[in-house]
Amino acid sequence: MEHYKMNLTLKVWRQKSKDFKGHFETFKVSDISSEMSFLEMFDVLNEKLVAEGKEPVAFDHDCREGICGMCSMYINGRAHGPWHETTTCQLHMREYKDGDTIVVEPWRANSFPVIRDLVVDRSAFDRIIAAGGYISVNTGNAQDANALPIDKQKADESFAAATCIGCGACVAACPNTSAMLFVSAKVSHLALLPQGDPERKTRATNMIHQMDTEGFGSCTNIGACEAECPKGISLENIARLNREYIGAVFSGSKD
Amino acid sequence: MELNSKIPAGPLESKWKTYKSTCKLVNPANKRQIEVIVVGTGLAGASAAASLGEMGYKVKAFCFQDSPRRAHSIAAQGGINAAKNYQNDGDSTYRLFYDTIKGGDYRAREGNVYRLAEVSANIIDQCVAQGVPFAREYGGLLSNRSFGGTQVQRTFYAAGQTGQQLLIGAYQGLERQISLGNVDMYSRHEMLEVVKIDGKARGIIARNLVTGELERHFGHAVLLCTGGYGNVFYLSTNAMGSNVTAAWKAHKQGAYFGNPCFTQIHPTCIPVSGDHQSKLTLMSESLRNDGRIWVPKQKDDKRKPFDIPEEERDYYLERRYPAFGNLVPRDVASRAAKERCDAGYGVGSSKMAVYLDFASAFERYGHVEVRKQGIANADKATVYKLGVAVVKEKYGNLFDMYAKITGEDPYQVPMRIYPAVHYTMGGLWVDYELMTNVPGLYALGEANFSDHGANRLGASALMQGLADGYFVVPYTLGNNLADDIRTKAIPTDHPAFVQAEKDVNDRIERMMNIKGKESVESFHKRLGKIMWDKCGMGRNAKGLTEAIEEIKALRKEFWANVRIPGEVKSFNPELDKAGRVADFLELGELMCIDALQRNESCGGHFREEYQTEDGEALRDDEKYMYVAAWEYKGDSQYELHKEPLNYEVVHTSARSYK
Repeated sequence: MEHYKMNLTLKVWRQKSKDFKGHFETFKVSDISSEMSFLEMFDVLNEKLVAEGKEPVAFDHDCREGICGMCSMYINGRAHGPWHETTTCQLHMREYKDGDTIVVEPWRANSFPVIRDLVVDRSAFDRIIAAGGYISVNTGNAQDANALPIDKQKADESFAAATCIGCGACVAACPNTSAMLFVSAKVSHLALLPQGDPERKTRATNMIHQMDTEGFGSCTNIGACEAECPKGISLENIARLNREYIGAVFSGSKD
Repeated sequence: MELNSKIPAGPLESKWKTYKSTCKLVNPANKRQIEVIVVGTGLAGASAAASLGEMGYKVKAFCFQDSPRRAHSIAAQGGINAAKNYQNDGDSTYRLFYDTIKGGDYRAREGNVYRLAEVSANIIDQCVAQGVPFAREYGGLLSNRSFGGTQVQRTFYAAGQTGQQLLIGAYQGLERQISLGNVDMYSRHEMLEVVKIDGKARGIIARNLVTGELERHFGHAVLLCTGGYGNVFYLSTNAMGSNVTAAWKAHKQGAYFGNPCFTQIHPTCIPVSGDHQSKLTLMSESLRNDGRIWVPKQKDDKRKPFDIPEEERDYYLERRYPAFGNLVPRDVASRAAKERCDAGYGVGSSKMAVYLDFASAFERYGHVEVRKQGIANADKATVYKLGVAVVKEKYGNLFDMYAKITGEDPYQVPMRIYPAVHYTMGGLWVDYELMTNVPGLYALGEANFSDHGANRLGASALMQGLADGYFVVPYTLGNNLADDIRTKAIPTDHPAFVQAEKDVNDRIERMMNIKGKESVESFHKRLGKIMWDKCGMGRNAKGLTEAIEEIKALRKEFWANVRIPGEVKSFNPELDKAGRVADFLELGELMCIDALQRNESCGGHFREEYQTEDGEALRDDEKYMYVAAWEYKGDSQYELHKEPLNYEVVHTSARSYK
């Protein structure tokens, strides 16, 4: 593969904190290698800003291998940028050419307040998990792991749902800022396993209740969440969540 | 101070059982009065915090990320070992113990490692009960694969994201305790000091990374579960935020640092592509189950890999180590790759890479599928296609990741790989109870030095993190806290807290007021280069001596010329990073000092002066069969304490994988 260098114009959202008004700021970066990752391009920008005595752009990132779920940029109108099933940290600069302009914003959702620049507060997701996204088993009481055979297909489907990295792209991509894909991935992961069965009703209702409390919007089956999910979490999970929830409500489980 | 490892007496197999049935307990009413601080929420921290919360302790957990689910354990790919013997291939607790001791090149404690092997089976049970979706066979039972340094299949996995699934399991357990009010969670908080009162660890100073405010937190005990320090090399497979700060602060408060020079260079990582590179990405060791590693037999061969015929390829691991082949331990595989590249046989534009080739796996699996599906006279393309599908199911996410990073399709051309810094076996010195020499201060998981000797086997880090958090510390903490039930919570206006906060604040102010010219990142890169060149895969006395002076000079420069923009009392990632790099600049020196005193080669520590004729590591059990535990005595002043390693069961021998 041929490698090349490019000069770019970046329009980046700057915001001091959630109590300040934000604005776009334009930067030029030069000599960007096509081999860099998108975040390495931001490293170059920040090094330049530090050298100029300015404040670097704040952005969340950690593992830089697409699994921790920390990175979260909205790039040219798309969560995690243009590549299918790819987090921002895995997006590489060979996507762009010399002279391009790139607009970078934070996740925009009332339930994800901006902390600074491109960094948002996603603790609402933790509170949703705390409301019921687990199996209540204490340490030290488990039976032998192979005492409970699990149908391979079910186990594989459960795994597929469990690959959610909790990044919040689904919320950012949704015009309603709904968190249904996130919630449904966790409910599916656990509902598809026999171990998750005893608590399936309270789990669905409690997690939905917490999701509403956090102010996430309603799901109107647009499907942007699935399209932008870096882990390819399927909309089928939302259908399953709806079934779980309706089943729980009609069987008289508390809401 | 005399180092007491507190290994229980008695035969190896009954040490832990005896300990558990005789250790002191804290009754439920007293547990409610006892506060425990857990720093870090990876596998060790999350499992410890969740378990201790369940038991009734009042737990406070801290992480620097925005959520406990993001700790770097999440990036572990290949799997977790457990001596279940589900494959009926002769595995046992003893064999896992023996493999780990041998893999660590006889530099770990027998007692600790045996316990690790013993609880390994419980970990799998626990995780399955939590709903961790491990890979399964069609019969519904759990699937296994093999990893380096072993001849059995004992590795449990969830595609190439086992760490993610295990961490999510522990995280969900933690969130459950948070919702029950047993654990208070402090995300985006970084621990910057250990507070000691009357010689005991009684709390921490943490900085709220959103507001920049310093906070004081009391605990009857403090557990550091803060991971390893591979980022001292700048480029590593660690997450960008992984750091040594918590462990280093503990070290400066008196906790000994064990075997700091024992670092693991992982053989299969995507090679460096340029100066801009911020991190290196691992390709799981599990790939060596099916991939074959080779370089051309001819120097500077310019042909495309698939144009090089079979007989002109050098499968150097299979050639040098026929018994283990491509599944030799990591240190051995890394050195062998370096040897070939240094000799001029490397591939790719940088010539610092070797091939990891799946062509034969595609063919082998393809033929199996053809038979399974009853396809008569299948042509080559069909076999290949079916084989690719099998490999995709096993390692699909890794192949995708490789394609995204390099822009090449690994199903078509062999992967190019090169060794990179991955894990640190060294860490805070702890006894059998995982307590450092500072009473009340514990270290769990990668943050301690205890179980992997001079080299860790694949799929053993997840095992150790969860063993420490779920199954060890819940017992050993109680044994010590039982004597502390009369201690009331100490108010945080105690002079020790006030002083500790002032010290932290002064240091931050001092750093901010340098107002120099060079960025934190730049210092970190320069440190990384010194470490990689002189304290990396190959080390020698001359290089290490130079490195020590270079690091001292660099540290001086840092404290005179670093530029940190922004304000203290705000969200300021540059300031966070500056504190971490400042600590790396001290740790790096200690690592070189440690590497210099250990005049032998063992595991990941390869001193070029000490090797056999055919380039294998040459241990010196007479002189170096000890844990090097370093005590901090002031700037650049470290005193060595030796904990002799007594092997009662295993006979040490030259480690051979031939």
